[in-house]
Amino acid sequence: MTAKSWIEACAAEEIDVEDVIRFDFEDRTFAIYRTEDNMYYATDGFCTHERVHLATGLVMGNIIECPKHNGRFNIPTGAAKRRPACEALQTYPVKVEEGKVFIQIEEGSQT
Amino acid sequence: MASSRLKRDYSITGPENKRAQERGLAAAEWYTSPIPRQRMKELMKRRNGPAIRDTMIWFGSLIILGIIAYQTWGTWWALPAFLAYGILYATPGDSRWHECGHGTAFKTPWMNEVVYQIASFMVLRSATPWRWSHARHHTDTIIVGRDPEIITERPPVWKIILMQIFHLYGGPVEIKRIILHVLGRLDQQEQEYIPASERQKTFWEARIYALILLGVLAACMYSQSILPAMYIFLPSFYGGIVVILFGITQHLGLHEDVLDHRLNTRTVYMNPIFRFLYWNMNYHTEHHMFPMVPYHALPQLHQEMKHDCPAASPSLAAALKEVITALIKQKENPAYVVERPLPDTARPYFFGINQEAEVHAAASTSDTAVS
Repeated sequence: MTAKSWIEACAAEEIDVEDVIRFDFEDRTFAIYRTEDNMYYATDGFCTHERVHLATGLVMGNIIECPKHNGRFNIPTGAAKRRPACEALQTYPVKVEEGKVFIQIEEGSQT
Repeated sequence: MASSRLKRDYSITGPENKRAQERGLAAAEWYTSPIPRQRMKELMKRRNGPAIRDTMIWFGSLIILGIIAYQTWGTWWALPAFLAYGILYATPGDSRWHECGHGTAFKTPWMNEVVYQIASFMVLRSATPWRWSHARHHTDTIIVGRDPEIITERPPVWKIILMQIFHLYGGPVEIKRIILHVLGRLDQQEQEYIPASERQKTFWEARIYALILLGVLAACMYSQSILPAMYIFLPSFYGGIVVILFGITQHLGLHEDVLDHRLNTRTVYMNPIFRFLYWNMNYHTEHHMFPMVPYHALPQLHQEMKHDCPAASPSLAAALKEVITALIKQKENPAYVVERPLPDTARPYFFGINQEAEVHAAASTSDTAVS
């Protein structure tokens, strides 16, 4: 079984309400979101349709829209909501402690 | 260099597809102009109001023109009346298909989908296949062997362009595809870009199209008149003139096989009526670089990035003149492209991975122009 670790991603205030930022860790890229209800989430950083950074996309409520082809995903679940996105995003547990955002990832896995 | 370009295979199932992948041009990262994130968020913001207003104006005008055309039926006045109806049917049909396909016209997703489905039928484009075709067009814009929406190759095939004035090239191709879809099959090109998960949907949409078209045919036979088809189906042919005039300004005459939309896409200033018909797609470089920005915000986006782009064509007439001149030159010299200087405030052009040397070599050995 692969070990899971909490990784510090950014300061909570770095992400605006209803926004997304990119977080690179080792050779992996994640997207970290703060939704309109002030909840933090994390997913893989690339759209599952094509390799496009979601961090330059648009957060609308609980939806992230890919900046290249307008595919959409549900942020909390990662589910694909609009074509050409068909495959779900991998999601990751997030916690906010002392003003910092941490995401839990499996060590050694690829994104 | 020019001779190597003479007879390229533009099909997406031919050898150029593999070549584009080997050259790093397929699904590559494209150049984007620098715009602050906060400003982009404002520009990307979705609204229902503008698209609801414009859709009501469109359908309201179509009804009024349709009534006028009906009253003129049997007289010579029917010719201009139906021409106006057809242009108002096909031109916004094309631009609404496009923008609603991106899902950016309305804020509410189902509104985009409803207008997308209606407009797709109106312009005879199978909704699901064309959604995937257009996604590929945005991934690999004017990359030979990858983009299924290149209007004509280099050297240009004038017959295709002239036939498209009345949709007589693309229309029959699409009808043939609809028949294939009704039978549960895809053509060879479509198999390249429509995923298996979308195929059943494609087939059922085609069957609905076929039922509607058979209904129109039955109405014509019952009334012993082509009048019903003059309202549904035929306008996508006889109303196609403005669609092709707008369409050929988007990319023709510019670079192929580059990864910078400033090199392969044209922005044209148009009057408010044309911009209404075209839903601001005259700001085409802006749209390709940032497809997240809805049509109603494209003029503002243009202001944000024009310091980084070549000068826009000053009018539709100027753009058409540039395109047609380029196509005439490409008939003799397929390597000819319109070179457009960047302003001093712009970042340099990005031709693409391993493309710089090749494109500059082609430019130095060919008859290039500076507009």
